[in-house]
Amino acid sequence: MLIKNKYDVVVIGGGPGGLAAAIEAKKAGAEDVLVIERDVELGGILLQCIHNGFGLQTFKEDLPGPEYAQRFINEAKSLGISFLLDAMVMDLTSQRKLYVSSQDFGYVEIDALAIVLAMGCREKTRPQVRIPGTRPNGVFTAGTAQRWVNVEGYMPGKNFVILGSGDIGMIMARRLTFEGAHVERVLEIQSYLSGLSRNYVQCLEDWDIPLQLQHTVKRIIGKNRVEAIEAVAVDSHWNYIPGTEEIIPCDTLLLSVGLIPENELSKKAGVALDPVTGGPYVDEKFQTNIPGIFAAGNVVHVYDLVDYVSMAGVGAGKSAADFALAEKERSARYIPLVPGKNVRYIVPHRLDKQALEKGDVSLQMRVSKPIEEDVWLEVRNQNNSIVRRSERYARPGEMVTIVLKPNMATELEKSDSLIVDIYPKSEV
Amino acid sequence: MEEKNFICTACPTGCRLIVRMEGDEVVKILGNRCRKGETYGRQEAIAPQRMVASTVRVANGFHPLLPVYTKGSIPKRRIAEVLEKIRAVEVQAPLSAEDVIISNVIGTGVNVVASRDMPAKE
Repeated sequence: MLIKNKYDVVVIGGGPGGLAAAIEAKKAGAEDVLVIERDVELGGILLQCIHNGFGLQTFKEDLPGPEYAQRFINEAKSLGISFLLDAMVMDLTSQRKLYVSSQDFGYVEIDALAIVLAMGCREKTRPQVRIPGTRPNGVFTAGTAQRWVNVEGYMPGKNFVILGSGDIGMIMARRLTFEGAHVERVLEIQSYLSGLSRNYVQCLEDWDIPLQLQHTVKRIIGKNRVEAIEAVAVDSHWNYIPGTEEIIPCDTLLLSVGLIPENELSKKAGVALDPVTGGPYVDEKFQTNIPGIFAAGNVVHVYDLVDYVSMAGVGAGKSAADFALAEKERSARYIPLVPGKNVRYIVPHRLDKQALEKGDVSLQMRVSKPIEEDVWLEVRNQNNSIVRRSERYARPGEMVTIVLKPNMATELEKSDSLIVDIYPKSEV
Repeated sequence: MEEKNFICTACPTGCRLIVRMEGDEVVKILGNRCRKGETYGRQEAIAPQRMVASTVRVANGFHPLLPVYTKGSIPKRRIAEVLEKIRAVEVQAPLSAEDVIISNVIGTGVNVVASRDMPAKE
């Protein structure tokens, strides 16, 4: 594959939101669609979500994450969408220019008529939930553990405590149990489950893993490796309740404490973010405050079901294609003004084909060298001369003007470009 | 009459089911919002079923592991046996999604299949 410098629609992120957006953009008429993905393969976080439960709405089937992704990947490939993998978008402007660093192509600059932000979200980490104690090895986010166990083939520990009852945490409790680890318990600071109840049933209840609501980690204990955590009960304001502390021996603490939309890139383009969701403000077309920049999926707000992420992707992809096509149509109305014989430059540089319907247009120019005799100033298109007038001389120091009149509108409409020549009458 | 309480896992809604039993027989299911809930409640009360997802080792694969899942539910009490079978398998890349990795696992009539394409290592 070759990488171009111009695309109709560029989608940033090859997860479920981005893939759905790219597919829909292509179906809605965008010709050149590019997906930029930082991983070495498409699919995003679904690739490590090997449990079933995906696609009940989209496919009316109960699929594991990788297979849900596979179906979108296969469709995207069959539609002729381009992919740039192992590539980071380093900067993005409000003029929809992307600065990309790619393993295969090095540094690339790309202009897009429309952009879909589909960078997804990232997990909160220990500093974001402020857990006191030492800083030993053995504290991971649930998603990191999931990647190791399901994709890379490493076990992060043997005895686990999980903080947070988010879906990834509960799913990892079961997954780690399947792989022979012991999950001591799941602690949840709130008085209710933060994930789906079906995950509580299948992941915790089925495997007798205790869930303690209104409990949190007060302290992490351990020098090189986690040796234990100190759990504590909290009141409804999350204050520790003295006397409820309990030391739980373990070698690993997993954090499943929430997700944050990933918008570092959005900020660079001047996209305004909602402080509540952490994602861009969007309209019903999923357009951000920056015209031509759309956003879909977890980058906007954190979803609980991937099926809804895909639906959002479809909406954003369609809007991006519509925007790109309108932009193309608008720019197709413009033709360039080309300096011909003895002309150094012409202002304006381009002209709306319908400009003469509204009145005169004057073309201002300078010659490239003095011509001290009678000259013709002539405007023509690819086939015909449109207007010609004479001057007694032409000098670079003196600006020359030619006026296009409404009676030339028909000829202008047929033009691919306008060429202006200035030449001595003696040469004719 | 005995009552069993379940949370339905047929979809993300998580309906609270009450299953009334007369001995080993289900006489009434309450709390479900759809037909799937009825089926789930009946099954859960008599013989719970689950889908199982795990990974198998891949030789010469783009990744060292291939995610796999049971293409259908198997008895919950036999999950450990299924996992043991899955753990013993090593496959050779390349593979495609839905390729059968273990057919009729432990006689359940259910196949364990690949959850994704797995290209060979370059």
